[in-house]
Amino acid sequence: MTSRTDTQSWQFRTPRQHMLRWVGWFWLVALAVFCWNLMTEDTIWAFVADAPRQASDIGGRMLPPRWGYLNQLWQPLWDTLNIATLGTLIGVIIAIPVAFLAAGNTTPSRQFVRPLALLIIVTSRSINSLIWALLLVAIIGPGLLAGIVAIGLRSIGFVAKLLYEAIEEIDESQVEAVRATGASEAQVIDYAIIPQILPAFWGISVFRWDINIRESTILGLVGAGGLGLQLQSSLSTLAWNQVTVIFLVILATVVVSEWVSAKVRRAVL
Amino acid sequence: MTSEVTSSRTWKRPPVLLKDPRWRWTILLGSAVYLILAISSVEVDWFRVYEGLERGWKFIQGFLTPDFSSRWRDIQAGLVESLTMTLTSTVAGVLVSVPIGIGAARNLAPAPVYMFCRGIITLSRSFQEIIIAILLVAMFGFGPFAGFLTLTFASIGFLSKLLAEDIEDCDSAQIEAIRATGAGWWQVVNYAVQPQVMPRLIGLSLYRLDINFRESSVIGIVGAGGVGATLNTAIDRYEYDSAGAILIIIIAIVLVVEYSSSYIRRWVQ
Repeated sequence: MTSRTDTQSWQFRTPRQHMLRWVGWFWLVALAVFCWNLMTEDTIWAFVADAPRQASDIGGRMLPPRWGYLNQLWQPLWDTLNIATLGTLIGVIIAIPVAFLAAGNTTPSRQFVRPLALLIIVTSRSINSLIWALLLVAIIGPGLLAGIVAIGLRSIGFVAKLLYEAIEEIDESQVEAVRATGASEAQVIDYAIIPQILPAFWGISVFRWDINIRESTILGLVGAGGLGLQLQSSLSTLAWNQVTVIFLVILATVVVSEWVSAKVRRAVL
Repeated sequence: MTSEVTSSRTWKRPPVLLKDPRWRWTILLGSAVYLILAISSVEVDWFRVYEGLERGWKFIQGFLTPDFSSRWRDIQAGLVESLTMTLTSTVAGVLVSVPIGIGAARNLAPAPVYMFCRGIITLSRSFQEIIIAILLVAMFGFGPFAGFLTLTFASIGFLSKLLAEDIEDCDSAQIEAIRATGAGWWQVVNYAVQPQVMPRLIGLSLYRLDINFRESSVIGIVGAGGVGATLNTAIDRYEYDSAGAILIIIIAIVLVVEYSSSYIRRWVQ
């Protein structure tokens, strides 16, 4: 099969490709090493070396969990669920008009309104809900409302982005058909666009709700109510056996909400 | 077409989801009851909110007239920590998650390895970055090293899961073909699987880089280094113009990372 006469053997890549790849990897490694050095400049390695002992110490304090504490967690858990659900609701309600203004085929003006809507989406998406909560706690005071508004503000960008992409992907011929019957602009949206994006809309909303449950469990760390508030107070009193209980409650909540969301999305999509 | 023609000639829009009216009414009623309960359990101190509006206005002003200069030293230190943390943790995350991802692919790994790797992935995915950061800060001390470990741990779950799914979706004909030449397991991975998943792996790594930067600006709130700590301090001191500057920088970097990563992903795939 193989002819031994010519010295060329099969190679995965040409020498030029090989060289380019090598240079690329070299720079990546160099950059990573540089960043590593910069990052660990101020690291106190004695603390790092001490970590296994610390870990076993904390582990020893975390176990056994103080199950009696569970009774104090039902109210925060209910608050957490409310933060996530009401926040999602606010976010979705604001996201719908934003999505219609941002979608290329439904926006009233490509020059002015669309960039503005996209700016809202980007701002909302780039700032984590914990940072939103930090801001809102400083502005409107600690409590559930700050958490709800934080979750709402964070959800706007996410829901609006996915929704406007869904709007841009609709079948235009249905819009044409409804418009040909003499329907007004509002009727076109109602009869041609909404039926097409409704499944995506429910899917996105439930997906965001699931993410929001996860995020709302920790919003209390900055004072925005819910389970995180209990976590914060347990951490600051070094009550690690209570922290374990809170972690387990958070884990159970997240697993249940993920299951619900997967179930609903499968039913809808 | 399926609707029956009745004597009255009005067309009624068929329900989109939930065809069964009993289900529809139960869910509607349930949601209404939940909403009433949830909203009534949210206690809002409207006077505090009213007082806060003034502060909110100050924050918006601070956001519009950001002050980059007076805290520039802190902001710069925070940004350097965030950026180095992002890059090193993504690199470390990719390095660890490649073997775990291969181990978690059903078509390449034997059952015990598969179960073990899936276990690691589930463990890493079930807790959020913040919670992991709290634990790691307690073990490794404050600073970016704890943040690096947090982001690496979180990246492992994300990257290995998606990589494993991608390997399972590989074209099995190519694997068969390489195996038919008498290739061993390593050669199959190298010549049949790696070329198929490499573009996607690069795409996922860039996507994770994007996520890691977003997260790195948050975990500073619990002491894991990065620009989040600077932001937290700025808000605690009610220095809204500095906070506005930090937020603008975060948004700008997120935008740059997001657009360049999506550009590179399109170029690679």
